[in-house]
Amino acid sequence: MPDLSINFCGVRSPNPFWLASGPPTNTAYQVMRAFEAGWGGAVWKTIGEPIINTGSRYGSVDLKNERMMGLNNIELISDRPIDVNFREIAEVKKRFPQHTVIASLMVESKRETWHDIVKRAEDSGADMLELNFGCPHGMSERGMGAAVGQVPEYATMITSWVKEVARTPVIVKLTPNVTDIAHMAVAAKAGGADAVSLVNTFNSLVGVDLDSFAPRPSVAGYGSHGGYCGPAVKPIALHMVSSVAKHPKVNIPISGIGGISNWRDAVEFMLLGATSVQVCTAAMHYGFRIVRDMIEGLENYLEEKGMNSAMELVGKAVPRVEDWGNLDLNYKIIAKIDAAKCIGCNLCYIACEDGAHQCIRVEERPLGDLRHGVLPKHVPQILDDECVGCNLCALVCPVPGCISMVEVNTGRTPMSWKQLQEARGRSPQCSVEELLSRGSS
Amino acid sequence: MLKEPAPKLPLEQLEANFADINPPLSERQALEEGARCLFCQDAPCIKACPTGIDVPQFIRQILTGNLRGSAKTILSANILGQSCARVCPTSVLCEGVCVLNAEGKKPVEIGKLQRYAVDPVIASGAQLFKAAPTNGYRVALIGAGPASLSCAAELRKLGYEAIIFDANPQPGGLNTYGIAAYKMRASEAVKEIEMIRALGVEIRNGIVVGTDISIPELERDYDAIFIGIGLGETEDLQLPGEELEGSYDALSFIESTKSKRFDQIEIAKRVAVIGAGNTAIDVVTAAKRLGAEEVYMVYRRSPEEMTAFDYEYELAKHDGVTFVWQAMPMRIVGSGHVEALECVRTQRSSKDPQGRYSYLPAPGTEFRLEVGMVIKALGQKRRLGFLKQVPNLELHSGCVVIESQTMRTKNPRYFAGGDCVNGGGEVVDAVAHGKKAALGIHQMLEATKGRRTHA
Repeated sequence: MPDLSINFCGVRSPNPFWLASGPPTNTAYQVMRAFEAGWGGAVWKTIGEPIINTGSRYGSVDLKNERMMGLNNIELISDRPIDVNFREIAEVKKRFPQHTVIASLMVESKRETWHDIVKRAEDSGADMLELNFGCPHGMSERGMGAAVGQVPEYATMITSWVKEVARTPVIVKLTPNVTDIAHMAVAAKAGGADAVSLVNTFNSLVGVDLDSFAPRPSVAGYGSHGGYCGPAVKPIALHMVSSVAKHPKVNIPISGIGGISNWRDAVEFMLLGATSVQVCTAAMHYGFRIVRDMIEGLENYLEEKGMNSAMELVGKAVPRVEDWGNLDLNYKIIAKIDAAKCIGCNLCYIACEDGAHQCIRVEERPLGDLRHGVLPKHVPQILDDECVGCNLCALVCPVPGCISMVEVNTGRTPMSWKQLQEARGRSPQCSVEELLSRGSS
Repeated sequence: MLKEPAPKLPLEQLEANFADINPPLSERQALEEGARCLFCQDAPCIKACPTGIDVPQFIRQILTGNLRGSAKTILSANILGQSCARVCPTSVLCEGVCVLNAEGKKPVEIGKLQRYAVDPVIASGAQLFKAAPTNGYRVALIGAGPASLSCAAELRKLGYEAIIFDANPQPGGLNTYGIAAYKMRASEAVKEIEMIRALGVEIRNGIVVGTDISIPELERDYDAIFIGIGLGETEDLQLPGEELEGSYDALSFIESTKSKRFDQIEIAKRVAVIGAGNTAIDVVTAAKRLGAEEVYMVYRRSPEEMTAFDYEYELAKHDGVTFVWQAMPMRIVGSGHVEALECVRTQRSSKDPQGRYSYLPAPGTEFRLEVGMVIKALGQKRRLGFLKQVPNLELHSGCVVIESQTMRTKNPRYFAGGDCVNGGGEVVDAVAHGKKAALGIHQMLEATKGRRTHA
């Protein structure tokens, strides 16, 4: 049986599945239920001066029959007294000493205030601290959350204040609402951060009611921008995690966050550099029980891959994330349609015709009905010589395995754009086609 | 009086028995079902619809909450989109060719989605279409069934005056009088026609062309004439005893279920229905639902050769009908009223030139069904009496011969469509004919512009 436990900044966690700081980690009751269900760790709902929330707080984006593809919230940090939160953390650690409890903190930007909250958090028995420099709404208007995380100097400064007193590892949670998140990770590290977690939620306005003109979620007919999360943000989060993992000046553990709903998502984040993953929206949607399949799925996956430990996954795909300029221009694939599987929806045809490169042909369907014989099926034809290998047809095809992208041997050795540029410099008289055909050898 | 009437069911029970067989979708159901549509390019469902409704488009419009636009997409292709949503044999048309079938999935429920889009618009009385300014030409249409209604609506959109003459008290033809009550009520069929009237189509009910107004008069007063008279009464059995009380024909029986209160319709305890087409199914199911305890469906051939659609056959089975295959009725017996139907078993023999097996009576296999009612559902007669009054009309097997692109008959001023052309088809076929004929008429009159033919 592979070992799912992880070592995060020297703290051992039974598995990489943590609940992110948010509504599911508001109370000891919830966190203990989560640990009983199998979660390896939990980042407490951010602790600071208690706030007052609005109703409503959430808005979501549905896609056809799928609910909550994206979730937006205007909820603030914990509305419970600081001492209650710390007392409950102590209670949880007593009952679940092997599980990882991380105190998420956010206070006003004063050195003494940060020193005080850090000490209280560590006294409660929290295993690690997470500094919430990411909350994009509400708190940022008060000079906290993203207001700190968007200014590298502030992030460095406050992190260093925390590190002056902290005895446990300090994770800085990064906001994605910046131009280059890796730059912010560098700033956190400069302040002494032991790890970073990313991403916090994205600035968003989830929708407008067409009748009342009130933004969603509406508070008495008005709305405010919120933080967006859920499956819809996963690709953006993956990119950000990989960019931090790749950055030579960061090189500290990463806790990955952003639209993780199942073990497959978790594996992707780990492959791109995350040591642990944090989940919130999926738990809000379906409850803590989703972790069971996350654990089993990860175990099975590791076993199939012949890996002994979840830690082996961390960063495995990072070297494969390359600059575009290093990709092989001589690699060629084309689409292939399995006529037996094709159901004749012609979505590939119209996508290619209107949205891509006009490389698919299909005959117009004749008139007909079943009273007078079945309509003949016309399978769209890929024009092999025209196909640029863009994948679009395979992406729109509703039948699994019907359109595949197959490699074509061009007989050329690989050549990237960067290599092509060099070759052009060396042989300005040659055409691009000539240089490509020679390859990089 | 019937010899042995079935015990009378209370009206509420009867209403429940004839309740909508295919209840409308809820909003949630419609959105979930609509989301299954792949939005095919050059979609087969469009090609399989005789009226060419842009199905993927109207489903997408349901999904975006543009219900009015969705209804307009449907009704612009098929002005009787409400009826068709209920009565179309979708499994052999749009739904039958849905690409999801090819993946072994259930096809998108296009008929139900169409109903979801169209019902509220019809109920609200909203007017989605406008007539073009009147161009001075007048077209007479004979019969107010689906073919004429569709033709007249198209003609109004093109600027023609359209006047429909119909012998019945209510417009709609078989849509009003001939659809099983659990599929659509007469009042719903009539309500649907309001949108056509509001376009300026004039419908003169209770007028028999050839009696109340003569053919030469029509020719004198109108630039073109559309024949949409459908078919006539049910074919004769040519059996002794057909004149007995309790012997009915299918159409008038169905008509009674559409025009009377259910508790005012007489039904016998045991009923025999002769025939195995879709109309026969409508009759056997109606008889059962009215309270008949035993309903026999008597058919000369075998189940494989019945002309009813599979889903109709399933419905009859579900209603507990007794099928009497390979039986030929010999005579209806009774004194004054029907007491029994005498039949003989048939034997399959050689194929006829059309490739159909013929079935011949097997001597010595006579048997008797003790029934108080016999209803013949044999297909309808051609209306030769009327058609022969129209000069120079060419007929083939009693059907009006037309040029299929324009629906123009051999007499250039006459166009035709619907059952009188195809010998009995679906509502949607009649609507398609009407649309084509309107364009045919338009083409003809455009060509003769300035040469008015009527006074």
